[in-house]
Amino acid sequence: MSLHGLTIHELREMLAQRQVSAVELTRDVLHRIEKVEDKVKAYITLDPEGAIEQAEAADIKLKEGTGGPLCGIPLSIKDVLCTAGMPTTCGSRMLENFIPPYNATSVMKLKEAGGVLLGKVAMDEFAMGSTSENCAFGPPKNPWNTEYICGGSSGGSAASVAADECIASLGTDTGGSIRQPASHCGVVGLKPTYGRVSRYGLVAFASSLDQIGPLTKDVTDCALMMNVISGYDVKDSTSVNQQVPDFRKALTEGLQGMKVGIPKEYFSKGLDPEVEKAVQQSINILREIGAETVEVSLPHTDYCVAVYYIIAPAEASSNLARYDGVRYGFRDKSSDTLLDMYKNSRSQGLGAEVKRRIIIGTYGLSSGYYDAYYKKASQVRTLITEDFKEVFKTCDLLASPVTPTPAWKLGEKADDPLSVYLSDILTISANLAGIPGISVPCGFSGAGLPIGLQIQGAHFQEEKLLKAAYNLEQRLNISQLRTEYL
Amino acid sequence: MKITPQEIAHVASLARLHMSQEEAGAMAQQLDEILTYVAKLNELDTEGIIPTTHAISIVNAFREDEVKPSLSRDEALANGPGQNGEAFVVPRVI
Repeated sequence: MSLHGLTIHELREMLAQRQVSAVELTRDVLHRIEKVEDKVKAYITLDPEGAIEQAEAADIKLKEGTGGPLCGIPLSIKDVLCTAGMPTTCGSRMLENFIPPYNATSVMKLKEAGGVLLGKVAMDEFAMGSTSENCAFGPPKNPWNTEYICGGSSGGSAASVAADECIASLGTDTGGSIRQPASHCGVVGLKPTYGRVSRYGLVAFASSLDQIGPLTKDVTDCALMMNVISGYDVKDSTSVNQQVPDFRKALTEGLQGMKVGIPKEYFSKGLDPEVEKAVQQSINILREIGAETVEVSLPHTDYCVAVYYIIAPAEASSNLARYDGVRYGFRDKSSDTLLDMYKNSRSQGLGAEVKRRIIIGTYGLSSGYYDAYYKKASQVRTLITEDFKEVFKTCDLLASPVTPTPAWKLGEKADDPLSVYLSDILTISANLAGIPGISVPCGFSGAGLPIGLQIQGAHFQEEKLLKAAYNLEQRLNISQLRTEYL
Repeated sequence: MKITPQEIAHVASLARLHMSQEEAGAMAQQLDEILTYVAKLNELDTEGIIPTTHAISIVNAFREDEVKPSLSRDEALANGPGQNGEAFVVPRVI
């Protein structure tokens, strides 16, 4: 297999033993991008020269034996994470020319670990969407079939990993934006516990829900990325001062004694039969390899989309007030007064879905509606969180589908925002409750599109998630299928 | 109809967005659908339930009040669409 098709853990060995240099590897991935990017459109910004320079520096460290855990590994970054000196557009015309003066903490950690940043990948504008079609610079395509959506909002991250246009990527998840595209593109995606990874330098969408996490080719790589990006950061007052384990250590432990809950509400009507079949098969495997499974109930699941589509837009309407054409971003230069400049800059710089959510959020927070919408939703959020607390008294993990259906065709739901919102029904609760969730490939639809299994756990139980996902992956051997299909 | 185009226009103005009559009409329709959907929350009795603002609440995330290096003025101004080297320049306010 060519270098670009390999994983972090395979390449790390080869780089350490000098069987391949970081420059050779980076050149190989850049060639791969040249070959397939016209079809996939994963990248918004690509920096080949910078990548080669970083790879040269990595080779020096590798020679000295002083390289970090990702030394020489080519990575892509969702374009919502600040990269010093490299444009960070958030998929928006508003930030088309924005060049951050600093790195996000997660990006800084990847760099310090020796990672080679190839560029920035496509996403729904300001991470608002589930298809990446809301990207102002055109949507990335699903590498398995380029007529289909790759999911979103971290669509470019999932597509670039699936198409071998990078070795691994960093995405963000506010309501499923790592797990859902990972599921649609047949890669591994982990949304860590809220507070596990610093959000410093992540351009905010909904601050109480946003979390950064890895998208990788397999579970081992996911653990290796988590080892690097996790940890308390004084610059993020919501990051949690909790010890970071070596996530790779737990992987190879068996599942004996582990109790996996199957939430019955996640298998209700509207679940695609092919998805259900693949997921049930994986649950059977978990049972065969030692886990005990038990049906459980999360009674408020049906309310999570309604809660989310009040809380997330409310936080967004406040967070996005900063785009006023003054300090950065697009400015309408024809305006004569300050108020007109605000309105014109925002109206021209922001896309339709972003405006829709700002309006919903402003409405839900406005005088006379606050109690009926925002307060009510925040109370139901408490009930949803308590459902999980109750279930995790008796279960270690929860297994379920990630999405009710496999990927759909580009443009298919473009005029129906509510139906797209409803496709997030199985991932949103984790963000509301702040718990970790992983999507691991578990099968394919009849049309040949990937299907993922979601495993969720209690706060800071990422090790258990990764262990279950790893054991399943070993049995299914599905990552091996992710070869040269483009 | 839970929400009218006039209300949309008012909310848009609060959010500092322009909205043509046509846009406001379309937005009212979509919002109406969404608000009808979220009204299902009223099925639940939430009397006395404490609202969640953060899933993992950290109480008093204090730090020492120390002076540390931060962005220089040039760096802070670098992305400004209108600036004169000392400050951001905006159209007249009054």
